Amino acid sequence: MNIPEELCYTKEHEWARMEGDLCVVGITDYAQGELGDIVYVELPEPGTHVDIMGEFGVVESVKTASDLYSPLAGEIVEVNDELADSPELVNDSPYDEGWMLKIRPSNLDEDWETLLDAEGYRAVLAESGAH
Amino acid sequence: MQNAEPLIFERSSPGRHGYSLPESDVPALDSNEAVPAHWQRSSLPLPEASELDVVRHFTRLSQRNYSIEHGFYPLGSCTMKYNPKVNDATAGMPGFSFVHPHQPESTIQGALALIHGLSRLIMEITGYANCSLQPAAGAHGELCGVLMMRAYHVKQGNPRRKMIIPDSAHGTNPATAAMCGYTAIEVPSSDRGTVDMDALATLLDEDVAGLMLTVPNTLGLFEQDIVEICRMAHAVGALVYCDGANMNALLGTVQPAALGLDVLHLNLHKTFTTPHGGGGPGAGAICVNETLEPYLPVPLVKEQDGEYAWDYDRPDSIGRIHSFYGNFLNQVRAYTYICTLGAEGIKRAGEYAVLNGNYLKERLRDAYALRYDRTCMHEVVFAGLKEKAEGVRTLDVAKRMIDYGFHPSTVYFPLIVPEALMIEPTETENKDTLDSFIEALLAIAEEAQTAPELLKEAPVSAPVRRLDETTAARRPNLRWQPPE
Repeated sequence: MNIPEELCYTKEHEWARMEGDLCVVGITDYAQGELGDIVYVELPEPGTHVDIMGEFGVVESVKTASDLYSPLAGEIVEVNDELADSPELVNDSPYDEGWMLKIRPSNLDEDWETLLDAEGYRAVLAESGAH
Repeated sequence: MQNAEPLIFERSSPGRHGYSLPESDVPALDSNEAVPAHWQRSSLPLPEASELDVVRHFTRLSQRNYSIEHGFYPLGSCTMKYNPKVNDATAGMPGFSFVHPHQPESTIQGALALIHGLSRLIMEITGYANCSLQPAAGAHGELCGVLMMRAYHVKQGNPRRKMIIPDSAHGTNPATAAMCGYTAIEVPSSDRGTVDMDALATLLDEDVAGLMLTVPNTLGLFEQDIVEICRMAHAVGALVYCDGANMNALLGTVQPAALGLDVLHLNLHKTFTTPHGGGGPGAGAICVNETLEPYLPVPLVKEQDGEYAWDYDRPDSIGRIHSFYGNFLNQVRAYTYICTLGAEGIKRAGEYAVLNGNYLKERLRDAYALRYDRTCMHEVVFAGLKEKAEGVRTLDVAKRMIDYGFHPSTVYFPLIVPEALMIEPTETENKDTLDSFIEALLAIAEEAQTAPELLKEAPVSAPVRRLDETTAARRPNLRWQPPE
């Protein structure tokens, strides 16, 4: 299971990475593996405001549907339109081509403190009995 | 796809047909005069086949169907019990099958008496003040129930905004709440698998219109705090909806109204042996206490001095929710079932359903992981294999059941149980059938350790193997198109 050291994580299996003054968000390799083949990703309209750990969308796989939670509060400036036609990018490349949102954070310093580092996320997975 | 039966379109051969019409003895009409040219189609590629071709095609397809009349169908949360043939005998009686809903009341007294009588039987079984048989299925009953809850709150001056729903609920519950304009608020389950009472206490306030609970819940567990839950909800002016999908467990033993639940739907096609799915249509029934009684859909059937009549004089009613009076012939079947069993038989049906659920739980607990180790009700939920095997998932266990001659059980629901495997045997199966199913599941658990490829490759005995569910969902192809 791939948990890159340079990313930050939520307990709900989203990752976050700063690119300039924007935060890029997606779901982890573990999450895509548990969901199985993803068939649909519902993302918000750019311009929408999202709260920290607020729901921003839904990811649907062959076996289940799951809410998506934002690691940070802010304005959504861009969503990955490729996922509309190619949801499999989330399975194939969860940390790169399968990204979901770019957020302009409104409370970056405080929100960032709430996120887990790779070690913290590994501990969350171990605690939940993930294999 | 070896063994695949071609579509009837693919069997078509130009000029072949199964009819022979006489010469037309009326003057031919020029279609260009009757219908403007731009509304006419130049071709209609309907299949051309002989009567025998058609009969063989559909007979072959029907033989590939799997139903409760072929074998055990342990579909958790769906109560796939046997539908006795006597139900169809009564539903086929001309007095029921040849009536029209526009007939004068005086000519359909028997049909009206049946609707009235079934309502009374359902009220006795559930303890409610009144009920409507209009809804066409469970989710339709839910919609009707929550619309009534909303109408009640509007009448009090405020429809309120929130609906509290457990994380183990059927997906239709939050969908119903949203359809009725409510925000669904999730209440977590405790480590016992029932509503987390502390979490519920923090969620309840005067903006909560109601709770939607399934009793017993989708984990097959009785909500032991249900009376207190209803009391807490009523204390803030909220109502409690009961999803009656699991009513089979309570038959004759628990009246949901007595627990404090304000409104309940029943699935006649689950609990009361009317056709389920393809043989449908389904039939719901929505039962209410005195608080919600004024809001029931119209019409109801009223009785006065032995005469039955439609009752539309209900000013607070939410109105119609189905044409005429629902799926009437399935009401005849449910009435037949209840009368056939009688009060004692109905109670025994519920007791045997619970006994069978617990028998499966105890016999399978060493091979499959119990998430909540408690006495269950009519169904049991396992968190997949107890001894995990590399790469083997619950889906593989379910597919392997096909090779052992059983319909797979429900999998991956409820969502809060990882690798969920949910089994509901119902009371209509005897111990021999349950034992052969248990032996199969134990053998599958053994194979997962010794020969996991048998599970990964399953099913090998079905006309088709693993279907490509991913491509079917990503690029659905739903319609046959003639070759260019």
